[in-house]
Amino acid sequence: MLTTGVWRLATAQTIAITGGTIYPVAGPKIESGTIVLRDGKIVAVGSSVPVPDGATRIDATGRWITPGLIHGGSTLGLKLFDVGAQIETQEDTATGDVKPAFNVAEAIDPASMAIPVARLEGVTSSISKPAVGLIPGQAVLIDLAGSRMEEMVAQSPVAMMADLGQGGKEAGGGSRARSLQRFRRILRDALEYERRREDFRRGQMQPLSASAEDLEALLPVLKRKLPLFVIANRRSDIENTLRIGREFDLRIVIWGGAEGWQIAPELARANVPVLLEPLTDVPRFDALNARLDNATLLWKAGVKVGVAQQDAALFRNLRQAAGNEVRNGMSWDEALRSITLTTAEAAGVADRYGSLEAGKVANVVVWTGDPLEFSSRVEHLYIRGREIPLVSRQTELLERYRTVPPRY
Amino acid sequence: MSHPLRPAALALALAPLAGCAASTATHSPADSLSALRPQYASTYKRHPSAPVLIRNATILTGAGPELRAASILLTDGKITAVGSQVSAPAGAVVVDGTGKFVTPGIIDAHSHLGVYSAPGTESLSDGNEATDPNTAQVWAEHSFWPQDPQIPLAIAGGITVIQALPGSANLIGGRSATLRLIPARTVQEMKYPGAPYGVKMACGENPKRVYGEKTGGPSTRMGNLAGDRAAFAKAEKYRREWDAWLAKKKGEVPERDLQLETLAEVLRGKAFIQNHCYRADEMAQMLDLAREFGVKIRAFHHATEAYKVADLLARDSVAAAVWADWWGFKMESLDGIPQNAALLEQAGARAIIHSDSEEGIQRLNQEAAKAMYAGRNAGINITREQAIRWLTINPAWALGIDSTTGTLEAGKAADVVVWSGDPFSVYSKAERVYNEGWLVFDRANPRNQRATDFNLGTSRPGVGQ
Repeated sequence: MLTTGVWRLATAQTIAITGGTIYPVAGPKIESGTIVLRDGKIVAVGSSVPVPDGATRIDATGRWITPGLIHGGSTLGLKLFDVGAQIETQEDTATGDVKPAFNVAEAIDPASMAIPVARLEGVTSSISKPAVGLIPGQAVLIDLAGSRMEEMVAQSPVAMMADLGQGGKEAGGGSRARSLQRFRRILRDALEYERRREDFRRGQMQPLSASAEDLEALLPVLKRKLPLFVIANRRSDIENTLRIGREFDLRIVIWGGAEGWQIAPELARANVPVLLEPLTDVPRFDALNARLDNATLLWKAGVKVGVAQQDAALFRNLRQAAGNEVRNGMSWDEALRSITLTTAEAAGVADRYGSLEAGKVANVVVWTGDPLEFSSRVEHLYIRGREIPLVSRQTELLERYRTVPPRY
Repeated sequence: MSHPLRPAALALALAPLAGCAASTATHSPADSLSALRPQYASTYKRHPSAPVLIRNATILTGAGPELRAASILLTDGKITAVGSQVSAPAGAVVVDGTGKFVTPGIIDAHSHLGVYSAPGTESLSDGNEATDPNTAQVWAEHSFWPQDPQIPLAIAGGITVIQALPGSANLIGGRSATLRLIPARTVQEMKYPGAPYGVKMACGENPKRVYGEKTGGPSTRMGNLAGDRAAFAKAEKYRREWDAWLAKKKGEVPERDLQLETLAEVLRGKAFIQNHCYRADEMAQMLDLAREFGVKIRAFHHATEAYKVADLLARDSVAAAVWADWWGFKMESLDGIPQNAALLEQAGARAIIHSDSEEGIQRLNQEAAKAMYAGRNAGINITREQAIRWLTINPAWALGIDSTTGTLEAGKAADVVVWSGDPFSVYSKAERVYNEGWLVFDRANPRNQRATDFNLGTSRPGVGQ
């Protein structure tokens, strides 16, 4: 079942950030604006918003204010090391290749060292996802603050993951075509299961291609309640995905989409968003035509583009990814949108996330300047309306070794 | 330790020696000794180019203060003038640098281009001869594929020279190649003339992981050190015997051993140790190893904890090639911090920003920018003049080519990048890249965005607009 995360108990504190230039993303920038946060929510944004009595006032004159950045598919909270099989820190994979019921929420470690590091670069939320297999499992949306999983999870599940490209081939015995056949069979079986639950329980059915638990987990996808994030990079993989999306009437989001630019108008017509990697262009056999301006070409064709740059060590670099979208032709506004509101829209959580609007979750970043530029840094960070201290294990290392030998 | 040589390599190594041993009575042994003949010599030739004057630009020379509204003249592959009063000779191409920045060509001290080529198939995995913890006998250039489609992507990022290294599976992984990043059919055409060889060594996790479950190890860090020491101890004798023979070129010729030959070059100071090493304590161990054998480590690579021993690195004049902000992808990288390069600079050590990545190499300017601003935002004031050196003259020094490239000074190679704006802005792009005067990339002209053979039939190298 779809569940909404348990909200942290509201804090009484009201915060008013005044004087800065607000980039609400949902609308034009507001010079010298005020934004008021209370009980974990944004309660007002505008140029003539009064500061409530008793509010903690933050002077942001000369500063840039944006929504918190949202990663479109990371392992934040689930994984630290990539190399060296340090399985103690990895929770994003489970054995098997069809795992629709595998939901990563309870594997989230609020104490993960990666979380404060990502926060210091303005990343406040992540679609944290399972990996590996034809259907790796269910991703969850988490906010990057809190001491308990329940305080972090904002939407669980937020998406079902599927891999209809290179990575899903093995599930079909080595051919994409066979994987797609298997994928369709599983979806059909889920529908069959729903129609004949009683027969299934009484054992009056042919065996189905997955467990009842797994088929049940696919029903929200088949009812368009849950988006299906499909890993597909090769043009033909994307085309296959769109075909399956039409056959079963699914809410498809292309994840990766390296050759998407080649069929950008088709993606736009299908109203299918793409969560992509703006820094990735090295040719490989499932993306020989990858290019750095993929995001720009898709955007110009009317496709919604969000950022899901991979590399566990670099999830914090969302703003560099967006800066590179601008470098390669995208508008600045659209690039900021690609790491905030567009990602929220693709995930179906734009009613609560991705922009600075009254009623939305108070994930807010105050920057010293243009957030996409290296010269800028985070000055204040709010997650669910609480100011987050700008410290991490890395800032502690810095302070210890500012002069060597260190003073212990 | 056993060193299994492949049959073909064994034949190559021994055949000339067998021949000379039989004929010492009638010929000078030197005439027929493979060791004294050219060893895979560079065939690099400078591409002919018309003079180029880039005028009215902001110039970061890598050798001094930033020059505003300045010009630079490139003639016959060399920089012939830099300053505010430079005029164009007849026939010169004049490039308007208004609003633009000019820097030396970017040098990546740590690349696996060509040895781990795209599209990344097993067939193209040629970077680790992971058959023995000591493979000092292998040379990266013998794996290098000049048609790697990653090469034009790197050129579009302003890269003019790379050090192509063997991987880090082995304690001693083999010789690196210092290469000009230019279109070529053979690696010999790319070899930087006169560049000393690097010898790749690796500390820490990788060798012990790769060999930990194999007979012979190493399986521990102490095993790593023991393996390194044993290799150099053996090479000392080899070096003595060959040096004695080379001094007179008389008497019985010592047996040639390609593995010991490489290590002897290190002992002679002619080949530079390029040491993959993450942890501060291991760097300190390697500095002691260098003292034991009377050698120098030229640079620690990856060096995520270099900031913890910045004083030791400064004392021993060892460069540290680091990423801007990579961390946490393996245990030994856990303590990487974005201020690493800035803290090294502050301590007077020689900092380098390297890529070790087919993606990172395309935007090393951005990586240096992150490192520079991470320093500034922590109160360590790094200037653009300093940060540009992390990408140019400092890696040139690590590669031993700093007398001929790495700065914009008259007499040096015309390795030059024209940027659309401040190279430390995320929005800037390399617009024109000159490699010893040859315009190897021009963003405005698709004819000067040369695809490799592999790219043919696909859309374009992918540099975008």
